[in-house]
Amino acid sequence: MADHIPFPVADGDSRPFWEGIAQHKLLIQRCENCQRHIFYPRSLCPYCFSDTLSWVEASGKGTIYSYTVVHQAYGPFAAQVPFVVAIVELAEGVRMMTRIAGAGPASVRIGMPVRVVFEQADENVTLPYFQLAEE
Amino acid sequence: MRPERIAAIVGVAESDLGLTPGKTALQLQAQAAKAALEDAGLEKSDVDALFTAGNWSWSPNLMLAEYLGIQPKYTDGTNIGGSSFEAHVGHALAGIEAGRFDVALIAYGSTQRSDRSRNRPIAEATLAEQYERPYGLPTPVGAYALAAMRHMHQYGTTSEQLAEIAVATRKWAAMNEKAMMRDPITIEDVLNSRWIAEPLHLLDCCLVTDGGGAVVVASARRARNARKKPVWVLGHGETHTHYSITNMPDLTLTGAVQSGRAALEMAGVTRDEIDVVEIYDSFTITVLLTLEALGFCQPGEGGAFVSGQRTAPGGPFPLNTNGGGLSYCHPGMYGIFLLIEATRQVRGECGPRQVPDAKIALAHGTGGVLSSSATVILGRES
Repeated sequence: MADHIPFPVADGDSRPFWEGIAQHKLLIQRCENCQRHIFYPRSLCPYCFSDTLSWVEASGKGTIYSYTVVHQAYGPFAAQVPFVVAIVELAEGVRMMTRIAGAGPASVRIGMPVRVVFEQADENVTLPYFQLAEE
Repeated sequence: MRPERIAAIVGVAESDLGLTPGKTALQLQAQAAKAALEDAGLEKSDVDALFTAGNWSWSPNLMLAEYLGIQPKYTDGTNIGGSSFEAHVGHALAGIEAGRFDVALIAYGSTQRSDRSRNRPIAEATLAEQYERPYGLPTPVGAYALAAMRHMHQYGTTSEQLAEIAVATRKWAAMNEKAMMRDPITIEDVLNSRWIAEPLHLLDCCLVTDGGGAVVVASARRARNARKKPVWVLGHGETHTHYSITNMPDLTLTGAVQSGRAALEMAGVTRDEIDVVEIYDSFTITVLLTLEALGFCQPGEGGAFVSGQRTAPGGPFPLNTNGGGLSYCHPGMYGIFLLIEATRQVRGECGPRQVPDAKIALAHGTGGVLSSSATVILGRES
């Protein structure tokens, strides 16, 4: 039984992303052909199939697209309940899963503006979390 | 209705359901397969195509075929989650239409409850899962909760409306002696049950059971000689839209839009002509989203559609007449049971829960985290 959170294994697509997170930078991809932003990292654009992609630093700003308050969790997460898992839509248009940090579950609403913070989620893992931001 | 008769479901059966200590996934499938072939009036030697899906082997097709003593000339292990078996019916229809085989056995079995195999912690998150797993969202329930929260935000859907589905489904289960949970519940019971992942309560969630099932699909030629009247496969459609919930294009709109439209078109029937509907109910929200996506109501109107117990016994929209995954059984990949109940309803075999004179049934499976959708329309000669 694992007593640490599932360790994200950096690979040929994701290594720049996780290296960025370690330096407290939120890096996402942009397609040089169709100009759309892409997350999660890929070797080709899921919209136009171009394989010319570049890395850009995201603004770190976004809004809550949806969220849930988790009351029953397993393994290393069991002791953390209740906690808020959200899907955040970044200003760049891509969505990512995250935790909403630093706010009680009751204060979270869909549509709220948020900004990225970098959280030491485990001994060896830093994750991009988001916190509620002023409008 | 589509005039051609290409393939039909000729045999269906469940294995033991609920808690089956000491039984294996292979035993449950063997039991269901034998009973389904008996139901069809066919022999094991008649089976020339095998379809299965499961998580109990790296290749369920290879192990199940070996166990049953089958060397199929056509094999399909499509696994798109709980909707796999609706996809299998469609693939069997295509294979039969192409003349590749005559009798397909579709089987499923799981001992997930006895094994306590759900939600085991994992050490590492790889590939597309590395962007979700570290956040601790319990799957699949957390993903469905995200969809439910978004639907509530966008359309004002309420927990009471979701509870209507659980309450109505339990009423059907009360009339099914094979159902695990048969005691009546109220909307208050659902709302007062503990939170699992807001806005979903315990009673918004399906059961976790053991169980297996089997379905036999035969060509028109073989179906006409089957023991019972054929239940024709009139239409089929399938798609999948994403793997991880973050990548679902719209949390309120499932691939049932596409699969439902394709199935209705192929069947040449309208929604009004469908007498009974069996919809995958992993969670109450799954049903509500599917009703909207299939076009039984407009997007956002699902809450109103299920209110006032409209889907309960005696209501205008008979839905999940076996008691569903919410109250009858749910061994992980529930889709096979939708086909079994839809077939029995069209045959008129359902006793106290029989929908009077049901001729056309729709079965819709949803797999993964609202990821895959597969729709099957079944009917008999009137």
